[in-house]
Amino acid sequence: MNYNWNWGVFFQRTPDGDAFYWQWVAQGLVWTLAVSVVAWMIAMSVGALVGTIRTTESRFLVRFGNAWVELFRNIPLLVQMFLWYFVIPEFIPPLKQWMIQTEPAYAQFLAAVLCLGLFTSARIAEQVRAGIQSLSRGQRNAGLAVGLTQAQVYRYVLLPMAFRIIIPPLTSETMNLIKNSSIALTIGLAELTFRSRELGEYTFNFFEAFTAATLIYIAIAMSANRVMALVERRVAVPGYIGGGK
Amino acid sequence: MNLDFSVVANSLPYLWKGMQYTLQLTATSAVGGLFFGTLLALARLSSIRLLSNSASAYVNLMRSIPLVLVIFWFFFLVPLILQGITGAERPPQVGAERTAIITFIMFEAAYFCEIMRAGIQSIPRGQVYSAYALGLTYGQAMRLVILPQAFRNMLPVLLTQTIILFQDTSLVYVISATDFVGAASKIAQRDSRLVEMYLFVAAVYFVLCYGLSYMVKMLQRKIAVIR
Repeated sequence: MNYNWNWGVFFQRTPDGDAFYWQWVAQGLVWTLAVSVVAWMIAMSVGALVGTIRTTESRFLVRFGNAWVELFRNIPLLVQMFLWYFVIPEFIPPLKQWMIQTEPAYAQFLAAVLCLGLFTSARIAEQVRAGIQSLSRGQRNAGLAVGLTQAQVYRYVLLPMAFRIIIPPLTSETMNLIKNSSIALTIGLAELTFRSRELGEYTFNFFEAFTAATLIYIAIAMSANRVMALVERRVAVPGYIGGGK
Repeated sequence: MNLDFSVVANSLPYLWKGMQYTLQLTATSAVGGLFFGTLLALARLSSIRLLSNSASAYVNLMRSIPLVLVIFWFFFLVPLILQGITGAERPPQVGAERTAIITFIMFEAAYFCEIMRAGIQSIPRGQVYSAYALGLTYGQAMRLVILPQAFRNMLPVLLTQTIILFQDTSLVYVISATDFVGAASKIAQRDSRLVEMYLFVAAVYFVLCYGLSYMVKMLQRKIAVIR
């Protein structure tokens, strides 16, 4: 293999001269994090809601929840990205109007965040449902027996337990979300992978650029892992295997 | 807005060609990924430190970076490696379609490795001991006793992973390979019929993946071993 490594490329000026190449990578990282954080919030709230209604008594709500999960799980994320960016605005004229007028990056951001947020919500809903169903029936019955309403049982008894149990799978869903945010490059969002490829195309130093992106993704994955491990230890349920004390 | 799906009907032969590539890529990567994944799993479980450490390093690396980035890596790396092997003067032209196959085999191997590792670890240790007691070598014990059972236990998970792989192959779009999505998007942009085309693509994937995962669920019920 003969390839001339040139790590100095990150400190060269970009063609328009007002930035260094490393700043491209940094800007890409900011978009990656921004998309991931907002999509994560959507995914967690929608996922908790959909997962919860799948454990209720109402046949309609359960059906709706199941359909939600199947819909998002059986279409490739790339195709969903195209649907949010190219197809759905066509059916909502005011949205399309806004997407044309605003900065392209904002339109791409909106589509990416909705796409990743709802896609991940289906996967989190599956985990939340499994978490709630793993609790013994006695917990729900005891809650109802002390006079809590159905909603209160979920709010004070079932969900706090379920969420603590499913922290490990939620951690891997969070990491998947961060990795999946790279698919936003297909609609032109200048996130980390987009920027590293662009850097490669401008300088022909593809491998330096990809190495930088790889290291950053590993660093993100490791810190997400650490944070979730910390949370897991803080909220561990005493008396369970892995619950400590 | 007026939908006109005739664009889909007119381009069906081209779309079918794309779908054939998608299916071929999925099948090759599933078989290749399973093969190398099983080897990786054996390496990860090996008592030789160097072997198990390098296998876990590979698996963890592949699992912590996005598939899109892996596709880009291999797209530029494969020609250079081939040049190194063949000693050619210029990097050979490999083409996006063939690089994609190598990429997906290498990438999926990491995921299949974790599935097979779980499968191997689900086999009681007594089976290994009795295989050795019968005089089987390590290779025979694995090939004749452990791996068939691990494979059977993990079959539903392996198939589910293959459905995910089938969806993920759409990402070869980023190196302009003409898979199903690639074919559809080329037609869509040529005729500026993005809405109809992408709705059609989404519907096809949904029907296929929903049907396949339903079949996996049935299979799971059928082959469940009563213990």
